[in-house]
Amino acid sequence: MKLYEYMAKGVLAESGVPIPRGRLCRTPEEAAAACRDLGPVAVKAQVLVGGRGKAGGIKVADTPQAAEAAARQILGMDLKGYTVGSVYCEQKLSISQEIYLSLTFDPSAKRPMLIASASGGMAIEEVPEKAIIKRGIPVAWGLQPYMAYQVARRIGLGATLAREFSDIATKLYRAFVRLDAELVEINPLAVVDGHIMAADARLNVDDDAMARHGDLPKTDEATPLEAKVRALGLAFVQLDGDIAVMANGAGITMATLDVMQHYGGKPMNFLDAGGGSATGPTAEALAILVSTRPKAVLVNIFGGITRCDDVARAIVQVRQNQPAAKDVPLVVRLVGTNEAEGHAILRGAGIDAFRSMQQAAERVVALAGEGLAGAEAARGDTEGDLAG
Amino acid sequence: MSVLGDEKTRVVVTGATGRQGSFHLGQMLEFGTRVVAGVTPGRQGQEVSGVPVYDTVETAVEKHGANAAVVFVPGTLAKDSVMECIDAGVPLVVVISEHVPLHDAMVINAFAAERGTTIVGPNTYGLCAPSARCKIGIPPNSIFQSGPVGVVARSGTLSYELVGSLTDAGLGQTTVVGMGGDRVAGLNFIDMLKRFERDPETEVVVLIGEIGGTAEEEAAEYIKGMSKPVIAYLAGKSAPPGKRMGHAGAIIERGRGTFESKVSALTAGGAKVAQLPWEVAPLVKGALKA
Repeated sequence: MKLYEYMAKGVLAESGVPIPRGRLCRTPEEAAAACRDLGPVAVKAQVLVGGRGKAGGIKVADTPQAAEAAARQILGMDLKGYTVGSVYCEQKLSISQEIYLSLTFDPSAKRPMLIASASGGMAIEEVPEKAIIKRGIPVAWGLQPYMAYQVARRIGLGATLAREFSDIATKLYRAFVRLDAELVEINPLAVVDGHIMAADARLNVDDDAMARHGDLPKTDEATPLEAKVRALGLAFVQLDGDIAVMANGAGITMATLDVMQHYGGKPMNFLDAGGGSATGPTAEALAILVSTRPKAVLVNIFGGITRCDDVARAIVQVRQNQPAAKDVPLVVRLVGTNEAEGHAILRGAGIDAFRSMQQAAERVVALAGEGLAGAEAARGDTEGDLAG
Repeated sequence: MSVLGDEKTRVVVTGATGRQGSFHLGQMLEFGTRVVAGVTPGRQGQEVSGVPVYDTVETAVEKHGANAAVVFVPGTLAKDSVMECIDAGVPLVVVISEHVPLHDAMVINAFAAERGTTIVGPNTYGLCAPSARCKIGIPPNSIFQSGPVGVVARSGTLSYELVGSLTDAGLGQTTVVGMGGDRVAGLNFIDMLKRFERDPETEVVVLIGEIGGTAEEEAAEYIKGMSKPVIAYLAGKSAPPGKRMGHAGAIIERGRGTFESKVSALTAGGAKVAQLPWEVAPLVKGALKA
C-alpha cells in the first residue's frame, strides 16, 4: 500500500527526519490560508501515482491569491486516471543540491539495501550506474550509522552533510522495518542552507503485512470494479480489452492472456481466482465479470485441489441466475480432478467446454469477433475452424 | 534419482490440523511421501490421517527423525514456524504459506543462511520427486511421472499445466520444484539449475518463469555454462507494464524484468524459449533426441 506524500512526511517527522513545514489542504481557501502562514509555497497534488510534477500537479505560489488559484486548478484535476482530492502546501525551498536516498530490498541478496546518489531529482533514472551507490544491509544488525556515513562519503558529501545523511538514513531504516515498508524513497533529499531535509517522500507498506498495521490510514488505487472483485479476496487488474478472463493462479492467468492475445483477442482483465478449493468467490467474481457485459468470457481452470465438477456447477449457476449472462458467450477450459463430470455438466447447460487451452482460446476469440478467427466468423464460417 | 527429496526424506507438517494442512498431509501420504509427524501447538496427542501430532517441531524431530518440514501456517505466523524448524535442525523447509510479509521472508533467509538450511518458498506449491514417491507440498498427485526432465518454476498452476503436458507426452520428471511467487524467496533458479546440472538422471531442464524481477536474467548467465539443454517458458508477454515501485525499482532493474529482456537473456544464454505453453513438450522431446 502506498502512502500519500503528506502521510509519508508525517511518518518522517515522527521518526525525527527533518522535513519542510507544510499543511494538507482540501479547498482553495485552505491553501490561501496555508500560504499566509508559511510564506511562498509549493502546492502539490496528493496522488499515489508518480510523475505528477511533469503532469502539472505541482505549482509554486508566492502569494495567498496565487496559492488559492493553484489549488483551484489542481484540486479535482485528473492525474493519470486519479482525481486529485487534496493538495499539500509546503514552504518553498531554495535548494542547492538534490540527493537521492532510498531503502528497499534486494531480491537476489534477500536483504534490505540502501541506494544513494549525489544527483537526485527528476532525472535520477538517467544517472549513470557508477554514480549510484547500493549498499546491502545485514538483516540481523540493521543499518548502522557508519555504513550510511561511508555511502555518503562515497557519493561525495562533505563531513558535515555526511553526518546528517547518516543520521537521517538510520532513522529512516528504523521506520522502514517498523512499518514493514517495501520502499522508503526520498527524492530529493534536499540541501537547504547547508543542511539536509526530505523535500519529497514516498513510502510503500508491504500489503502482506497490513494486518499488523491497523493504525495506518488506508489508501487505495483500485478502480471501483477492481475494488469490488478484490473484496472477494481475488487478484484483479482491469485492462483495456473486451474479453473477460478468469483463471486459477497468477502464472496461468498471465499465460491465458498471452495465448488469447496470440490469437488476436483483447483481454479485458486479469483475474486470478486462486489455487484454492472455494468455488463461492469464483462464482461471485464470474458474476461480476459478466455484469460488465464483455464480448465474451474465457474461464481457464486447471483443477488440482479445485474439483472440476464444483467449478462447472458454479458456472452453470451464474449463467442461470444472471439474466445478462445468457447473452454473453462463455468458453470454459477445464482439466484435472473430476474433469469428465465437469464437462458433462457444462455441456448439459449449453456451455462450450474444452480440454485444450489452445482450442478454448481460439474459440473465445472467434466468439468475440476478434483476431483472424473473428474475421472469418464475420463471414460465417467458424465451424470449419473449430473442427481442428 | 532426484535432486531434492528422496526415499529417506521424513516429513513433518506444521499447521497439520488446519484445513489445508490436514488435507494435504493426506494427499502427500497417498502419493507415497513418508510423512512422519504433524505439529500444531496445543494439539499433541491428536492424529491426522493416522500421523501423530506434536506441540513442537523439536519433539517431531526427536521422536521420528524428521529431516524435512512443510509449513502450512497462515502468512503472518509463518516466520515463527519456519524459524522453529530451522532451529530444530531440519535441513529442508518448504513454505507453502501465502502472504508472508517481506521483512519476515528476509529474516527467515538470514537465519537459514546462518544454519545452512534450504528454504523452498514461501508461497510455493512445493516439490516432487516422482521416482522416490516424495511429494512435499500441494500439487495434484496425478500430474507427475518419473523420467529425465528437471522442472523449476515460479508459478504454481502454470507448473501443473506444463508438467501435466510433459506427462501426457510421455516425458517424466526427475524433480519438479516451485520457488514460489514471492519477491524474496529461498531457493532460486540458479540453485536448482546447479543441482540439475550435477544430477546424472536429469537430461533436460524446463524453466518456467514470468515477468518482473531479474531472476530469469540471472539464471540466463548460469545457463551459458551448462552442459544440459534448457527449455524455458515465460508468462506475461501481454501484460501491461507493472505498477512501478518508485525510482528504486527502475534503478535496480535497469531495463531488465520485462518479457523481452528475459527472452533475449535466456536465448543468449543458450536456452530455447517456447512461445506458447504447448510448445514446451515438443521442444523437450527434441532436446532429448539430440
